[in-house]
Amino acid sequence: MDFALELKNITKTFGKTVANKDINLSVKKGEILSLLGENGSGKTTLMNMISGIYYPDEGQIFINGEAVSIASPQDAFKYGIGMIHQHFKLVDIFSAAENIVLGVNDGKRFNIKDVNSRVEEIASKYGFEIDAKKKVYDMSVSEKQTVEIIKVLYRGADILILDEPTAVLTPQEIKKLFNVLRKMREDGKSIIIITHKLNEVLEISDRVSILRKGEYIGTVNTSETSESELTEMMVGKKVELKITRTETNFDRPLLEVRNLEVKGDDGSKKVDDVNFYIRGGEMLGVAGVAGCGQKELCEAIAGLRKVEDGLIMHKGESIIGKPAKEIIDMGISMSFIPEDRLGMGLAPNFSITDNMMLKTFRESKETMLTEEDIAGKNAFQVAMLKTWTCIKNIARKPFVDRKSARVRAKALVEKLEVVTPSTETPIRRLSGGNVQKVLVGREIESNPNVIITAYPVRGLDINSSYVIYDMLNNEKAKGTGILFIGEDLDVMMALCDKIMVLCHGKNMGIVHASKTTKEELGLMMTGALDLSEARNKEYGKAKDSNLTEEQWIQHEEISAKEDRVDG
Amino acid sequence: MLIFLQNAIRCSAAFMYGCLGEIITEKSGHLNLGIPGIMCGGVAGGCLGVSLYMSAIPDPTNPSHILLLLCGILGAILAGALLGAIYAFLTVSLKCNQNITGLALTTFGAGFTEVIMKTLDKTHFSVAATYIAKSPFPFAENLGWFGELFLSYGALVYLAIILAVVAGIILKKTRVGLNLRAVGENPAAADAVGIKVDGYKYGAILLGSSIAALGGFFYVMDLVQGLYNSYQPVEAVGWLAIALVIFTLWRPSLSILGSILFGALYTASNFISVSSSVINALISFVPYVATVIVLLTVSIMGKKNVQPPSSLGQNYFREER
Repeated sequence: MDFALELKNITKTFGKTVANKDINLSVKKGEILSLLGENGSGKTTLMNMISGIYYPDEGQIFINGEAVSIASPQDAFKYGIGMIHQHFKLVDIFSAAENIVLGVNDGKRFNIKDVNSRVEEIASKYGFEIDAKKKVYDMSVSEKQTVEIIKVLYRGADILILDEPTAVLTPQEIKKLFNVLRKMREDGKSIIIITHKLNEVLEISDRVSILRKGEYIGTVNTSETSESELTEMMVGKKVELKITRTETNFDRPLLEVRNLEVKGDDGSKKVDDVNFYIRGGEMLGVAGVAGCGQKELCEAIAGLRKVEDGLIMHKGESIIGKPAKEIIDMGISMSFIPEDRLGMGLAPNFSITDNMMLKTFRESKETMLTEEDIAGKNAFQVAMLKTWTCIKNIARKPFVDRKSARVRAKALVEKLEVVTPSTETPIRRLSGGNVQKVLVGREIESNPNVIITAYPVRGLDINSSYVIYDMLNNEKAKGTGILFIGEDLDVMMALCDKIMVLCHGKNMGIVHASKTTKEELGLMMTGALDLSEARNKEYGKAKDSNLTEEQWIQHEEISAKEDRVDG
Repeated sequence: MLIFLQNAIRCSAAFMYGCLGEIITEKSGHLNLGIPGIMCGGVAGGCLGVSLYMSAIPDPTNPSHILLLLCGILGAILAGALLGAIYAFLTVSLKCNQNITGLALTTFGAGFTEVIMKTLDKTHFSVAATYIAKSPFPFAENLGWFGELFLSYGALVYLAIILAVVAGIILKKTRVGLNLRAVGENPAAADAVGIKVDGYKYGAILLGSSIAALGGFFYVMDLVQGLYNSYQPVEAVGWLAIALVIFTLWRPSLSILGSILFGALYTASNFISVSSSVINALISFVPYVATVIVLLTVSIMGKKNVQPPSSLGQNYFREER
């Protein structure tokens, strides 16, 4: 067989975690291969080894049948491998051509006009639409991607790796991209495309390789497979977990979201027309591949990100435009565990006590006079006493109340079994799991009525995870509404009451956790199954809302009016 | 009027060196606040070079024009490169905070210069200064006002203009310039296409520091005719040069015009008949006000191509797992 690229028994470990184990993969000349897998299945790690960013611990890479060693991105260029990353690496103030030629040293005299014409030549060959002189900061996401693709073609790449190229594109742009990829295939280029969307896999690729949890599952010919077979290979069989779901009586809706639209940092639509509600004592899980708008959704609810359109109602009151502090005071707490854990919410050099105070420093202790204090005193004495208390309160205002914070920190450490020398040890010296317990614990401590928690068990061992699940279940039993953004489908199916699936910012539907199947969720995550319109009732629009239908309309009219004023 | 313009242009060279040095450094993404100290260092290095040359020749009253200049320039460049190397090592290799490192370097450069200059034999400085400030075009005297205005300055003034023009062309038209700008704008992008980011940063910082150091040498040996009293005026010129970088929107070609303007404002107080200390003080802060106005204008216009290099002031850490 004539393989352009072949991987044999590739293994890569980071510390104790095995990112890739015994992976075999091959791409022919003039072929498009899809690489399919959930988050953390090791796709990107594998591709990074081909493009020279990581070096495999074991195994061998072959290019055109020859064993090679790719130790740096330069080596990868040399072997004709070009990777188009998900996050573009472009210089904003440069033109397309300048970005494309950057770092190329062909020994010829540098002349930007030659580069421009060469870029246009490549563009017309494969059917790209590009203006070589346009500056990157004036470009749309799709144009930037085009620049990245031409960049690797300009360097003479024969093997192209595209990491989720369609995630940021509109359907029309995706169509264009696929046409270009097909022309490249005709030209004899080998293309590896990483994607989560099954319909795209079936549309564009010749073969599909599937990874799951760092392991190679298999390769199938696209023409001989189906969506359900691929999903099963991707998510695996259902795993039984011993997580109990606390059964509670649902209250009236606490948090309602209607037609929410939020933009990401890059200006693309990250949350697109999402509807849902959470009732008291209800846990709503949010499933979806990473970067499908989960972070933006959390931030919008917590008041940290601008809402473009739609309504967020808390107990019948719109919270859009309110400052984050006010939203916290209303009882909405958010704990987001980012990949680096310390990134959001905790100050690494502060102790547990100090971190507790960060959130509650405003509530300073006030001494009030009681009946007992004034009993049996004359008017003058009472006046004096009142003045003295008042002075004490004012004098205490600027100072933090460290004593009570320490008591609360101690209680938290004991309750959650946080392993730490003392409550005064800087947080950064704690292990990741303990840091997470502190973060989630602090949020619960503030007695919220809505908890938004994203990846609370990310990177935790089993036992610590169960402590967190128990904490959330306890809150649920108290009547708190919980939005649980998770990664593991098995956990969500066991823990949550309902599961909402996001796919590129769109709500694919909300299903009952006890009635759904993993396959169904997998299909929804990849965009193959859309249940949002499946039943006649519109999802998320609560019938038992705190507001009457007239009030809803009124709110919508107000926000529409504001839009007009803005425009 | 002619004398005023002449003075403005002569004065501008000091700013031009400092400004050009900082532009080149900033294009690599490093904000070097050590420029005032490096210009002071240029004074020490240049004067040391001149002093060594003067004591080596048999007749110090009649030195060779070219050799004298070369010794001074070499001394200044070495001193600048040395201070630049300290800055580069700390900020590029050890990733120290750029602002703090720069400020420390300014203090260090000033003190270091004061020590060297106090111990240096300054007897031949005035002779050397007359040679250094002498026009390299002997025929200029016969050309009337044209010669007076354009050809009457010391060689260092012309060197500054040539360097500014060359730097402008290199940055805009060559592969090296493109790579350097990419490093300052988005080091991750430059790294990904195989540009040696740290190499470019070191190169730009060393080159920029060397050029800035020439400004200090020029100030003492040409502008004030070898009369060194204190490092303070040189340091002041250094701070103005950093302001000038913003004023000229990071463009070497504009730095020529900007420097002449700053030079004019700098010398204006000598030409105003009312010798009022208040007016002098007012004039001395005009350059800063002008810089603030330019900053405001640029910020309001919000045009992307007149912004500072995007990664200015941020050290580059390669993504690692």
